[in-house]
Amino acid sequence: METFSDIKIEAATQYQKIRDDFPILKKLVYGKPLIYLDNAATTQKPLQVIKKINDYYTELNSNIHRGVHHLSEKASKEYEDSRNKVRDFINAEKSEEIIFTRGTTVAINLVVSTYGRKNISKGDEIIISTMEHHSNIVPWQMLCEEKGAILKVVPIDDQGDLILEEYVKLFNERTRFVSLVHISNSLGTINPVKELIEIAHKNQVPILIDGAQAIQHMPVDVKELDCDFYVFSAHKLYSPSGVGVLYGKEKFLEAMPPYQGGGDMIRSVTFEKTLYNDLPFKFEAGTPNIEGAIGLGAGIDYLLSVGFDFVMAQENNLLAHATQVLSAIPEVRIIGKALKKSSLISFVVGDIHPHDIGSLLDRQGIAIRTGHHCTQPLMQRFGVPATSRASFSFYNSTEEIDFLAVELKKIIHMFS
Amino acid sequence: MSEISQLYQDMILDHNKNPRNFGALKPCTHFAEGYNPLCGDHLNVYAIMDGEVLKDVHFDGNGCAISKSSASIMTQLVKGKTKQEIKELFSTFQHLVTAPMEEEADADKLGKLIVFAGVKEFPSRIKCASLAWHTLLSALENKSNMISTE
Repeated sequence: METFSDIKIEAATQYQKIRDDFPILKKLVYGKPLIYLDNAATTQKPLQVIKKINDYYTELNSNIHRGVHHLSEKASKEYEDSRNKVRDFINAEKSEEIIFTRGTTVAINLVVSTYGRKNISKGDEIIISTMEHHSNIVPWQMLCEEKGAILKVVPIDDQGDLILEEYVKLFNERTRFVSLVHISNSLGTINPVKELIEIAHKNQVPILIDGAQAIQHMPVDVKELDCDFYVFSAHKLYSPSGVGVLYGKEKFLEAMPPYQGGGDMIRSVTFEKTLYNDLPFKFEAGTPNIEGAIGLGAGIDYLLSVGFDFVMAQENNLLAHATQVLSAIPEVRIIGKALKKSSLISFVVGDIHPHDIGSLLDRQGIAIRTGHHCTQPLMQRFGVPATSRASFSFYNSTEEIDFLAVELKKIIHMFS
Repeated sequence: MSEISQLYQDMILDHNKNPRNFGALKPCTHFAEGYNPLCGDHLNVYAIMDGEVLKDVHFDGNGCAISKSSASIMTQLVKGKTKQEIKELFSTFQHLVTAPMEEEADADKLGKLIVFAGVKEFPSRIKCASLAWHTLLSALENKSNMISTE
């Protein structure tokens, strides 16, 4: 029989193995061991992903989908294999529903420019929330300006949870689209997306979920959620930057006009008439980020090999520990105390500006994020110009969080 | 002295805690708003000019210790100076925070400003230290009401 201590040893061994997968975590910063607590900005990359990119450039480099030669065929296959991995990872019905983009921002802009431009007109309404990232505010705002449409905003309570009753009330016969974040990058709030989607659908309104902060922390099943669009970035998923995913239900993607024109997205071109390519290529004009997409496949393989059981157990543990040690410091005020939270903590420390905290921690090797986190309306909601944010990955440890607390206390002393 | 304590010297911490010439100056003859979109630092500079001479200057707003103390020390240094003298002082300051690492700062010329010598070790903080100066110059030039470090 496996005893408790066996399980503990096993977990400790797995943890050490995981640390070794990330070469950058061995780096010294100003002579101090790097403590990387800025995972909500981007995650570090494991050797498996780094090797995949290296292999691509040493073994496969070529352009995809056009060449008849060996390298192009192999690279095209790997690129499409990666698309299939994304499909399975989020449990989409078809590979055609997986569009590679440059990232979350471009994926949202794609939907705004195609679905939005086609279906939203003067006086129509779009629903977003107070806790959206600028990338899920500004593109919609631009569309509203262009079309004379109206942006409606779901408010949040003081804990940082969406107020569902208010969300329900925002729907009317002019509501044409809903675009909401799955997990807030500033507060860590995990939104009840299934319920949000159900409510949108009850009102016959399509909904996009911004999964940039969710996809790396929990299994996402787009079929079970029944969302119409789901978007995320590879670089927050232990994969390369410059690539992201737009998932869309086929019926929507089919009906949408192309986003950008160019190579790869056409079936035939004459000066009189161009016929567009099928999904997903209709939305992938030009040579894509081939190594990025292939690297994303490796990143997904890696995360699945670690397993969401381990990821979620470790990250929940880190969140609980960090909440406890930071709450124990009287000067620290945690911003965002939602019922369900992801592994990040935003906080302010007395009247010490987050940038001073960021610079001082940096010199101790601790990387956190300070500023408005591209969520200025949310900062205004909480009446702070900026916060400090520590965000954790399964490769972080409770010892690292303890060190953060010790250094914070020194900073408080220095400013007292 | 370590680089970090070089940056956060006592004088900087003191001006952060007790900023001088803090608060709106109304009415004033010149005004500008300064904004650093990177970190959200936001400050207002109010000035009363008597011909070419800056008679009084105040600031308010919020920002990090570096931007606040820089604004506070600046107001002390520029009061009573002519526009030309202020410009010269600004270039001295700008040189201090952007000069090559190995260049020795000229303590005599810099006076109090020498406390910002550590800023150049922190490239991301140069904008914090310069914000008040840019805002003041903009106010004096009456160029625009809103200036940004970007």
